[in-house]
Parts: sequence; structure tokens; C-alpha cells
Amino acid sequence: MSAEANQNACVVIVGAGHAGGSAAAFLRQYGHEGRIVLIGDEPLLPYQRPPLSKAWLKGEADADSLALKPAEWYGENNVFLRLSGVAERINRAAKTVTLASGEAISYDFLILATGARARQLPIPGADLAGVLALRTAADAELLKHALGPGKRLAVIGGGYVGLEAAASARALGADVVVVERESRVLARVACETLSTFFQDYHRARGVTFELNAGVEAFEGADSHIHGVRLSDGRVLPCDVVLVGVGAIPNDELAKDAGLATANGVVVDLEARTDDPAIFAIGDVAHRPLPLYERQFRLESVPNALEQAKQAASAILGRPGPAPEVPWFWSDQYDLKLQIAGLPFEADRQVVRGDVAAAKFAVFHLKGDLLRAVEAVNAPPEFMAGKQLIAKRAPVNVEKLADTSVSMKEVAA
Amino acid sequence: MAKITYIEHDGTEHALDVKPGLTVMEGAVKNNVPGIDADCGGACACATCHVYVDEAWLDRTGDKSAMEESMLDFAENVEPNSRLSCQIKVTDALDGLVVRLPESQH
Repeated sequence: MSAEANQNACVVIVGAGHAGGSAAAFLRQYGHEGRIVLIGDEPLLPYQRPPLSKAWLKGEADADSLALKPAEWYGENNVFLRLSGVAERINRAAKTVTLASGEAISYDFLILATGARARQLPIPGADLAGVLALRTAADAELLKHALGPGKRLAVIGGGYVGLEAAASARALGADVVVVERESRVLARVACETLSTFFQDYHRARGVTFELNAGVEAFEGADSHIHGVRLSDGRVLPCDVVLVGVGAIPNDELAKDAGLATANGVVVDLEARTDDPAIFAIGDVAHRPLPLYERQFRLESVPNALEQAKQAASAILGRPGPAPEVPWFWSDQYDLKLQIAGLPFEADRQVVRGDVAAAKFAVFHLKGDLLRAVEAVNAPPEFMAGKQLIAKRAPVNVEKLADTSVSMKEVAA
Repeated sequence: MAKITYIEHDGTEHALDVKPGLTVMEGAVKNNVPGIDADCGGACACATCHVYVDEAWLDRTGDKSAMEESMLDFAENVEPNSRLSCQIKVTDALDGLVVRLPESQH
């Protein structure tokens, strides 16, 4: 198909999360005029997930503010919604997607934005009422109802979702214990300096930690959770459990259709799979990271938006967006954590600023090249760090560690 | 409702009615105005909702926080009237506001 013909092509998007919803929006922004069908298995219009563990959980944001676009936008822009629609099968030869309802929807281009699901713990009691995950608005609703003054929350897994929920739960007056299998929280996603800092910050605000702790079972009465049994036999009493132990990509639809998968759907820099008519974007995509010369799966909004732009651009024959440095953020209490880059092959760390004053950054370098920066209440370090990572220019380490030298000067 | 005019870098104008209580960024994103990406959804974490506030409105859009100031410090093509639009709350007093968008948000 020519780029001109593609302007009128029918695009079917499976997954109505941040990635899928944004792909529809970018297609229209870029002048696509053909039919767009957006299939989502939740009953809701596309919405932002990051606030679910933060502002929304604390009651500081409403459903309207979470929605990516107001309801009328979809009708006005001829985006046909199939909410509560489960895509069951892709027929690549016939170019159709079949829903659980039996409806077969034809496509010229298919965008898979099926996201990831919360990993569950295969232990006794995992099906008790009050054992929750935090992935969808429905999950968040259940958690919010279970929290309040004097309620006891046990968070299993000291990752970002767990720690953000812990901070929000403290703001709501709940007691919180975080149970972590490793010797420190954020073990897979942050450096030790950051882990220690976050543990201390949470402890000072009343959160308790069980580190190096395995979870044996969830114990309940009348089919409702009332305790977490650890491997050492102790039972932590609680009213609600949040399991935050990572996510699994929803790549089964792609796998069943014979597309290449490897911890997610394998795509190229246009977000295209090994079938030229099928793209995969967002949490489900195993994508190239040109700055790091490898394929990787990222779970973040900036990644979802970047790939939504890549796919929409490729379909319409436009140049793709400039490659981005992967980045992430987390808000806990009055802390703003901003992370740019990934510390692949980094062989040294430089701390800049004052950890005790909760205003610092940890830079990860490979030789004198910056690979990643983790910045706490330090926007200049984050912003300049992100630019330095993109430039791949050598960094003066002495200046980097010296707060009397501005980040402007370090980055110059 | 407050009427806000967003002018893209190429001159394309979008005159929109935005509900007070939303931010200037949300008014753009919810109406699919190209050029305001707002990667972080308004957490003042990314500087991808950079706008230039029309001079006539500068005194009514309020002051920048230290956080916003330091994020803007590293954005491209920053001018004295640069703001992060996620940090401007829409009120009735902003009825008629005009903002211009930069060439890119990086």
C-alpha cells in the first residue's frame, strides 16, 4: 500500500490502555482518515494508570482526570470502541481479529497494545478476598475501599508500585508492612544507595519492612485475608494484601498467531513485528534500544507514547520520532524520583548532592559515558543527565560530583 | 468554561473551551492538540508540555514553582514567557488565554 492509501487504511488496535489509546490519537493527529477500531478488555475508556497508586489512591484525582480523552472525542474522531471486548485470535492470512463474542473485525494494519498483567503468587490463599493487585482502575478501587485509618496493609514486593501504594496508604492513615524477598527494596530496578534511602524514608514515616522474607501463604477466615505467613513461620496480621511482584507481558495473542515473541512481542524501531501489517507497542513490546544496542521490554508511559508514535508514523509513511532516552518517574510522600536511562554495563557510580537532605542524584557510568541517572528531588540532574545520555559524549566526573559546578556547566 | 487558544508552531490555531479546574496541558491533551505530549500526565516530571504564554496573560497565569523553573531550565528554546502548561490551572480569569507551542518538546 502507498502512504496515501494507508491514510484510508483500516487500523485495528487491540488494547485500550495508554499505548492503544495514544496510537489512535496520534493516527488522527498525523492525518489518518480511515477507520480505527479500538478493542479493550476493560469496560473503561483509555485512562492513565500511573496515578492509580499515587494521586488517585489518595483521593486527589477523579476518574475524569484519569481519562486520556473525553468520551465524545472517540465519536467525533470516528474511533470505534469495543470496550469489554476480548480479542481471542488473529487470522493473519484473512487479516481479521476475532473477539470472544464471535465478531471478526478486518484490518489493514493491526496494532497490539495488550500490555502486561500483574504476576500472581502461586501460594495457598492467593484467591482470598482482600488479596489484591494494582494494575487496573478496578484493582485500585478495591484497594482504596480497603484502606483507611487503622487498616493494616501488607505489601508483597518492594517495587515501585508497592512503595507508591505504601506511601499513599500511610497518607490515608493505614498501617503498612512491606515484605521483600531480596535484601533491599527496588533490588531489580535501582541502585543500593537509592534502596537504602527509600527504606529509611518510609521507615521514618511509619512503614515497617520485612527484608529477605519469603511468603509461604495467605491466611484467612470466612474466605477473607487476615494474615501473611512468612517462611520463618511468623504471621503478619493484616486486613488487605497488595501483591506487587512484577508483570507478565500479554503476548499470547501474538504467540498463537505465530509472531516472534521473547518476553514480549519482538518489534523493530518502527514498532513493527515480523508481520509487516502488525505492530506491537507499550508494555507488551520487546523493542530495540538503540542507545544501548539491545532489545528490551520497558514498562512506562514514555515508552508507550514513543512506540505509539513510531507505529502511527510507520503506517502513514512519516519519519518516525527521534529516539528517546528511556525514563521513569515515581512520586512518594514529598519525593520526586526521576530516572533516565538504564545502567547496562555501568561500572561506576557517582553520587551528587546530599542523600540525608533528600536531594541527590546517583549517576551510573561506563567509563566516562553516562548510562543512567537516578535523581531524587533533583530535576536539573535528571534533565541534564538525560541529555548527556542521549549525546553519548564523555563526562567530566570530577565536575559531575561537585555541586558547586552547575549541571548546565557539566552538560555543556 | 474558559476559551483557550493554542497556536501550533506552524501557526495552526485551536480555540477550545476548557473546564476550569483542569490544567492548560489537560485542555490540550484531551482535545488532541498536536505538540503537547505531556508524557508524565502532569506530574511536572518531564517538560514535554512546554508553552509560551502570550505576554498579555503573564501576570494572570501565576508564578513558576522552583521545580517548574528547574525543569524549564533544561528544555529547548526557553523564553522568559515559557511555562509548563501542566502547572497552569484553568480558572474563569483565564478566559481568552493564548499560548503558543514550541517547535519540539525535547
